[in-house]
Amino acid sequence: MLKTGSEIFCESLLRENVKVLFGIPGGQVIPIFDKIYDYRDKIKFILTRHEQGAGHMADGYARSTGNVGVCIATSGPGATNLTTALATANMDSVPIVAFTGQVATSLIGNDAFQEADTTGITRPVTKHNFLVKDVSELAKTIHEAFYIAKTGRPGAVLVDIPVDVQRATTEFVYPETIDIRSYKPVYTGHLGQIKKAAELINSAKQPLLYIGGGIISANASTELFKLAEKIHTPVTTTLLAIGSFPPNHPLNLYMPGMHGNYAANHAFQNCDLIIAIGARFDDRVTGKLTAFAPKAKIIHIDIDPTSISKNVQVNIPVVGDAKSIINELLKYVKKKNNKEWLKRISEWQKTNPFSYKKDNKLRPQYIIEKISEITKGEAIVVTEVGQNQMWAAQFYKPKHPRHFLSSGGLGTMGYGFPAAIGAKIANPKKTVIDIAGDGSIQMNIQELATAVLNNINVKIVILNNAHLGMVRQWQELFYKRRYSAVCLCKPDGCLPSDASAKRSTIMIPDFVKLAESYNAVGIRVTKKEDVESTLIQALKIDKTVVMDFIVEEEENVLPMVPTGAALDEIIMSLA
Amino acid sequence: MKHTISVLVENKSGVLARIATLFAARGYNIDSLAVGETDDPSISRMTIVVNGDEKILEQVEKQLNKLIDVIKLNDFLNVEHIERDLVLIKVKADKNSRNEILQIVDIFRAKIIDVSVSTVIVEMTGDENKIQALLNMLKPFGVKEVVRTGIIAIARGG
Repeated sequence: MLKTGSEIFCESLLRENVKVLFGIPGGQVIPIFDKIYDYRDKIKFILTRHEQGAGHMADGYARSTGNVGVCIATSGPGATNLTTALATANMDSVPIVAFTGQVATSLIGNDAFQEADTTGITRPVTKHNFLVKDVSELAKTIHEAFYIAKTGRPGAVLVDIPVDVQRATTEFVYPETIDIRSYKPVYTGHLGQIKKAAELINSAKQPLLYIGGGIISANASTELFKLAEKIHTPVTTTLLAIGSFPPNHPLNLYMPGMHGNYAANHAFQNCDLIIAIGARFDDRVTGKLTAFAPKAKIIHIDIDPTSISKNVQVNIPVVGDAKSIINELLKYVKKKNNKEWLKRISEWQKTNPFSYKKDNKLRPQYIIEKISEITKGEAIVVTEVGQNQMWAAQFYKPKHPRHFLSSGGLGTMGYGFPAAIGAKIANPKKTVIDIAGDGSIQMNIQELATAVLNNINVKIVILNNAHLGMVRQWQELFYKRRYSAVCLCKPDGCLPSDASAKRSTIMIPDFVKLAESYNAVGIRVTKKEDVESTLIQALKIDKTVVMDFIVEEEENVLPMVPTGAALDEIIMSLA
Repeated sequence: MKHTISVLVENKSGVLARIATLFAARGYNIDSLAVGETDDPSISRMTIVVNGDEKILEQVEKQLNKLIDVIKLNDFLNVEHIERDLVLIKVKADKNSRNEILQIVDIFRAKIIDVSVSTVIVEMTGDENKIQALLNMLKPFGVKEVVRTGIIAIARGG
């Protein structure tokens, strides 16, 4: 039977087991939306307020489940609005598929109304993209898009569908299997390399497991745990790997890098072997490259060959899937006891843990510590980007993988709230909390409407310091406290010499009133002693809640490795 | 170090743009690029000459391989192979200089493919060195225009 392109679109999504679709309609996707109406019982459509929000929701959905997140937008501005979300997902290897409408094939290239070269614009920020010019190609292309998004190193894939292709008809056949001759991801690691890696591990005295987001993509946390315990090796998890190793475990060194744990950074600088798994030696992790891990040999396990020896020369590369490689590795590594090494590490850990000033002021770290305590690390925490993100990474201790979602690679402010909505839709029984700054929350605040109208009970914790805090911190530390364009509540700066004039009495915006205007619950907290009770109360409310915590304005994220410094030149406190 | 890389890609629209975008985005320089269909019309071959140290070349090749539309890649460094570049050179030539130019063209086994009152057009295929040598010889007469296809390469033997 003949089907239209729009029907093929919906049928194909069903075959890919898509339950939720995020997006906004527009001129060049109306035929598809006409079909979405017919399929509304099978595919839930979430109407967002901005296409970027739709993209991040698909991302949060994907990160919290491992399944492909899906979003849709119209041509031109709809597509350009999606690009930040595509870049965010792609850089963090998150599987999402985005669909965009396009002007009719006869008009492409004519600068038609709402025309943009969508595949051209999104080419550098996607794993792959397609322009479907013939309806007979549509089903196969959608199948390939999902396949490419979720296999190998996952990523963002975009499918651009001109409006006449949506209307055209063809025989619908969804291909059973996929065979792309130019795309054959490697999953099984080379046995010879694995054995060499095992030898190196067996002879190492001071090994370190450096774990990146790949461990979560590969669902290999259990295998990681077995490996770490068997070879008695400390584990440092990057921003994207938080939750992949149990908190409070003696081998857990938490996050390394610029705002990372002292012990993790010192472990890098003193270890004789790095076992990197699904990590890419990002500059925020390594610090000054020439001074990075001077004594270490490096084993690098990664599914993406381009990550290997890109920044740091590797001794033993193993290309493939982390889960299967760790399982192989477990057969060849000997049970070890690195007591001496761990003793040194626990000294570092004891003397320099993540900390902050414990006084009666309302400090952001305290709030996150309380969230961790109250939720027992069972909540999915999503972060925005900046200070809030680093404090969340330092003080929230998730017990499971896929419970800490953050834009690591691109560092997209405005990611957290929509991603939290996506995560909550995917995990309706879980508590989902967005930890935000007053700056980044305003970058996608419009999605409050989406959350409230769809009864999506997410909690927003705003660490309101009236500033673009991370930039303010850099200006304080490296630019002689010349605060340029970082005050969010006054046009000419927040912090005059007169401390009493510190904050404008008028809050712009007033987040409590703002929440109420969207029919969400708004709560303001100004005192430390109210934090715990407010959080407990807010988590009980079955509504979208915005908590506006008025925190210390000049609180800094510490420790800090300044740009261009080595990891052991870490600053613990400011004199 | 110059590397001549032969890349088999899907013969689809947008593939050349993907490769060009990759080079631009990562700051790699292309010395030359030649594209043509292979015996299988669904596959094109791109011959790319890239300059860079070993580390950059390793990344270039890995990144190219990572592109979904790239089927296969060969680096001809350390491989016995033949390179050819076709060049068309428009040289100033009047009745005084024409004979001398013809002699040079002869020595290089090049061809004159067009003559006008004031110019000749010389066609030659060869490798980089031979083309450079011819250009050097013709320069004193006044080279008005040089058009090159870019290098194509093929491995020797089976």
